[in-house]
Amino acid sequence: MSADGSRAVGSGGAGGTGGVGSGGVGGSGGVGAVDAAGGVGGAGGVGAVVGRGRRFRGASVVVAPVLFGIAVLVLWQLVVTVGGLPAFLLPAPTAIAEQIGAQLPVILQTTAVTGGNALVGLVLGFVLGVLLAILAAGVRVVSDLITPVVLAASAIPIVALAPVFTTMFGSTTEIPRRLVVTVVVVVPVFVSTARGLRQVRPVHDELMVALAATRRQYTRFVRLPGAIPYVMTGLRLAAPAAVIAAIVAEYFGGLQNGLGSRISSAAANTAYARAWAFVAASIVLGLLFFLAGLLAERLVTRNRPGGAS
Amino acid sequence: MTGTGTAAVELQGVDKAFGSVRALAGVDLTIDAGEFVSLIGPSGCGKSTLLRVVADLEEPTAGSVAVAGTSARQARLDQRYGIAFQQAGLLDWRTVAENVELPLQVHGVGKAERRRRAAELLELVGLTEFAGSRPAELSGGMQQRVAIARALAPSPRLLLMDEPFGALDEMTRERMQAELLRIAGETGAAVLFVTHSIPEAVVLSDRVVVMSPRPGRITEIIAGRRPPVAADDLVPDSLDPEAVEDVRETGAFFEAVTAVREALRKGAATDGPAG
Ligand SMILES: Nc1ncnc2c1ncn2[C@@H]1O[C@H](COP(=O)(O)OP(=O)(O)O)[C@@H](O)[C@H]1O
Ligand SMILES: [Mg+2]
Repeated sequence: MSADGSRAVGSGGAGGTGGVGSGGVGGSGGVGAVDAAGGVGGAGGVGAVVGRGRRFRGASVVVAPVLFGIAVLVLWQLVVTVGGLPAFLLPAPTAIAEQIGAQLPVILQTTAVTGGNALVGLVLGFVLGVLLAILAAGVRVVSDLITPVVLAASAIPIVALAPVFTTMFGSTTEIPRRLVVTVVVVVPVFVSTARGLRQVRPVHDELMVALAATRRQYTRFVRLPGAIPYVMTGLRLAAPAAVIAAIVAEYFGGLQNGLGSRISSAAANTAYARAWAFVAASIVLGLLFFLAGLLAERLVTRNRPGGAS
Repeated sequence: MTGTGTAAVELQGVDKAFGSVRALAGVDLTIDAGEFVSLIGPSGCGKSTLLRVVADLEEPTAGSVAVAGTSARQARLDQRYGIAFQQAGLLDWRTVAENVELPLQVHGVGKAERRRRAAELLELVGLTEFAGSRPAELSGGMQQRVAIARALAPSPRLLLMDEPFGALDEMTRERMQAELLRIAGETGAAVLFVTHSIPEAVVLSDRVVVMSPRPGRITEIIAGRRPPVAADDLVPDSLDPEAVEDVRETGAFFEAVTAVREALRKGAATDGPAG
């Protein structure tokens, strides 16, 4: 389980670093892979909300994957009950649903804790990533110093960081997990923002020289606003990765109050259906962050012809 | 209107080399205050380079450049000129009015004054109702008009325009020409205008400067047929497209077009295989 989780985060981070154009699918890979149909359906829903006049297409985009998802669940149920799969291999959807009902208060509470950690880390990492990118874009020396460090951060396996942070800050605080999320988030936000800041159109460059703009005015009037679609793409990529990081960080000690710890303790106690109930909550949380990121990006860039990706 | 009477632009013996490419060689050119001068010539003959030298976007390799009686650099720093490129180059995230305000904002003009000036300029280019629109909602011709309004924002005595109508269709282009003539007349600004179109150069200009490439130099200067604007015509819409149309149908217009074409052909001939 733990090996799986860390791999998911690793690949999510790599996706974010690799390219702005890789889209939300790369970022959500870890979570979305579990329930691809749900992921696509959710994305379609946002499309329908944002793109007025495409409602009909939006509806069909939602309906098809939902039907597909239901079909998968039915098939799953049949395979488990008719095929007689052992519960540790794969519990039946009905058993998982039952657990979701029974554990609902705990599920909500743990989801709130993990979601809170993901959110705090996301905000911190986002602010840090944007600030570092602006610094790097402004001063050559700073860029030479920061860029390799941030890029190296993308190579840090979260597995290595989580226990170290826990030792540093103690196991009775949320700080270690939030820091892990921050580190995971900083990278795609930095890379994407830095790219946006480099994308100034030559004609805008010339214009600002002709207007005798100062360096600061150039940054404020042209570079920063021009980079915003890229900043938002970075946020969109980072949002689901933040959830993955928050969950996986919990597998390495510290407080036992989040989704990740519940999944591992339920699995360790052979309560497989319960473990899956928390997995389902993780999926929902991941999708929620993914959709929020997507929505934020669409809202901020809706007045622009052609965004960053 | 002409202020102190110093020339808008004065170039003496200007050379500009990019490595081994001699983009400009021995260029002498004086543009009087309020004068409309077009640069015409084949691609690569240094028209843009000449305009960019005046704008202080390139430094000449040799020679002297004076703009409004001061150095090109000082003129740029003082926003003595307005500039428009082939691409409108509007900032997508700003409204039309905010785009027009940009030069004033860069020079620290207060918000109220900026608003007032932008409204005035948008009226001048006939885009008042689009003040709050985004550039992406405008046609190419309208975007170019916004770019011209932006160039005019600091009330420059000199307008530099590098093929500003190059990307427009013929109809829009002719409307824009009439509009530019009206604006130039109303503001009394000198204009340095780069174009590929012979009729455009003739109909707009007091003088048409013909250039030839390798090395880029001025081969001939021909009188244009800019329609005169009477003093009592200095009100919006006084110079309607018809006035420009009239010019296009005069014999003098065709003579000037022929003269420019001849000059261009001669320039091309001297640029034969011998170099
Ligand atoms: N920044 C530059 N670097 C190198 N060569 C340039 C540069 N700008 C212009 N040139 C060269 O100078 C010559 C004149 O260019 P330009 O002024 O753009 O011509 P035009 O505007 O008349 O088409 C061309 O040969 C062009 O390739
Ligand atoms: Mg050119």
